[in-house]
Amino acid sequence: MTLIRRDEAGARVVPDDPWTALEDEAAAPAEGDVTVSLARFERELDDLRARPGRTGVRVPGDADPDAIGPLLAEAPLVTVDFPKFTDGRGYSVARVLRERHGFAGELRAVGHVLRDQLFYMARCGFDTFELTEGKDVDDALAAFEDFSLSYQPAADGTAPIWRRRAAEAG
Amino acid sequence: MYEYDRFDQRLVEERAAQFGDQVRRRIDGRLTEEEFKPLRLQNGLYMQLHAYMMRIAIPYGLLSARQVRRLAHVARAYDRGYVHFTTRQNVQLNWPALEDVPRILEELAEVQMHAIQTSGNCIRNITSDPYAGVAHDEIEDPRPYAEILRQWSTFHPEFAFLPRKFKFAVTGAREDRAAIAVHDVGIRVVQDDDGEVGFAFYVGGGQGRTPVIAPCIAEFVPKHDLVSFSEAVLRVYNRLGRRDNKFKARIKILVKQTGADEFARLVREEHAEIADGPLKLTDEDIARFERFFRPPPYEVLSNGDTKVGAALLSKDRAFARWVGHNVVEHRVPGYAIVNLSLKSADLPPGDVTADQLDAVADVAERFSFGRVVVTHRQNLVLTDVRESELRALFRELAEIGFATPNVGKLTDVVCCPGLDYCNLANARSIPVAQDLTARFADLSRLFELGDLQLNISGCINACGHHHVGHIGILGIDKQGIEHYQLMLGGSSADEASLGKILGRALTADEIGTAVERVVLAYLGLRASESEPFLETYRRLGPKPFKEAVYDAHQA
Repeated sequence: MTLIRRDEAGARVVPDDPWTALEDEAAAPAEGDVTVSLARFERELDDLRARPGRTGVRVPGDADPDAIGPLLAEAPLVTVDFPKFTDGRGYSVARVLRERHGFAGELRAVGHVLRDQLFYMARCGFDTFELTEGKDVDDALAAFEDFSLSYQPAADGTAPIWRRRAAEAG
Repeated sequence: MYEYDRFDQRLVEERAAQFGDQVRRRIDGRLTEEEFKPLRLQNGLYMQLHAYMMRIAIPYGLLSARQVRRLAHVARAYDRGYVHFTTRQNVQLNWPALEDVPRILEELAEVQMHAIQTSGNCIRNITSDPYAGVAHDEIEDPRPYAEILRQWSTFHPEFAFLPRKFKFAVTGAREDRAAIAVHDVGIRVVQDDDGEVGFAFYVGGGQGRTPVIAPCIAEFVPKHDLVSFSEAVLRVYNRLGRRDNKFKARIKILVKQTGADEFARLVREEHAEIADGPLKLTDEDIARFERFFRPPPYEVLSNGDTKVGAALLSKDRAFARWVGHNVVEHRVPGYAIVNLSLKSADLPPGDVTADQLDAVADVAERFSFGRVVVTHRQNLVLTDVRESELRALFRELAEIGFATPNVGKLTDVVCCPGLDYCNLANARSIPVAQDLTARFADLSRLFELGDLQLNISGCINACGHHHVGHIGILGIDKQGIEHYQLMLGGSSADEASLGKILGRALTADEIGTAVERVVLAYLGLRASESEPFLETYRRLGPKPFKEAVYDAHQA
């Protein structure tokens, strides 16, 4: 698995992922940044916050973003799972977390994450991507340049194309 | 008509480049077929029985003469010299080579065309009333709104991997010619008591294996909320639509299982969150789109120029028939709407040769401001013809082969490609259409039958819209042998209804005779000569028709 980050500075490979996935039954390590399942996060909220390391939350693709949004607003990392690249629920989860619940931490796409979906994922608010094993990293890094414009608003602050035309026309 | 600016042009060019790269990665193996499939589908590329099939988008069915000529060129250069117009106002190439597709996209991009989202589990081409802008019963021209929705839905990042395909239709007229009741979302322009214009949203209609007439989930959505309300519908569907079973994944199943009222509540709740966001349209936004659809420079014609009545009285019977059946009233005095019938004995329904396309482009330029519209019944329309030029146009259309006076009649058959081309089909559909076209070739017999829609699908996916034909035929496979179910009473117009199966499935040899018997029974049963087939069926129900078809068979 290769981790890719995409922000104002462009797209690049992140060589060292600071996050360790903690299984539900495993004891939390004394220090270090961990991710936990949404269920565990809800259950052990206070204990996890008391730890010295940071806690990220793993959210399934079929989560209700309005139900979990307030809880996750302060999290440093949320991962959203794409069980299959053709399952598009995670796009809605991402947009609602970003646009409605003000989630400002790292939003990571995990699961079946392929090159040709990265452009859309980035527009919906994802900023890191766990590229599926065995996929060409250079191909993936180029994906964010597929289009130089978009018609509709999303989590990336793009204005509707008709508004941009009006602005140009003065 | 809408014209691309540099943004639109750049987008279709970048799309052609993107798809070219995807094809290269598929050919060198970096993309697996499983990974490539949704990508090629979202670019209109299907794997068919013999070859790829490529579907090209025609937003709300509107084409310029230049685009028609480019389609003719593409058909000659990359295909076998013909194209096929579909029931969603699109056009298909049946034999393109995969490696040619990026080049075809470039050629299309040069004339502001593309194949974006013509297939796949995304928002498809937005369809509309073929008489949009010229219909006498129009509240507002629906095309500016359809174009707004086209732009909003193009490469929408959130809705590219929906549970299933998603189809919008928009109409601005009082009479529904866009079949809004059998779309995932059907939008009708309405006016409230104060004269304010808005939209009624019908959500969850569809055909396929589970035909449903869409319930109305919002009777009046203010026009500034067109896009935000659509986004709310899509978000609810994307999140909650079923993904465990392809056959239960369309929004119609979600609406049914949730209940229309509860579904409407979910949409309203979502809409309340986003209504005042960036998707809210201003009057100025709408006006900008409306400018593209201003009426062409009509001449002011006196009543003396009105030749339709005269034509009907003309001694030229062929011309009079054609005017009577294929020409429709226009909202501007002295002009007429002319339907070009693509249903003749020579070609499968909806098929047009490259030479015919060139000829259509030519007559469109000379007779109708250079515009052509594709209808969901697989015909073409010239929307702005001077009545005084009808006779000259008729002669030219007759030479092209598009003047068969059968629009809205039994031989104006809607038909899918069927087992001759499609790998989903269970039975052939084109030969059935051709057999029936031959049986009813006698025009006076055809006219006696009045308005009668015959729709034929080669399988339950219902591409030939058999559920909403006054007479519908569905091809099925019965122990390896082609059979046909006969259904009656469907309609996609106002007061839409779904056809009901009449009785046991019929063989290929029986189906033509069965349709003839239905039609003969109708002639004997109708209350008067002015009672159309659909009304007779609705009045009497299936029984007398069933007896006519099946009792005769047993005898």
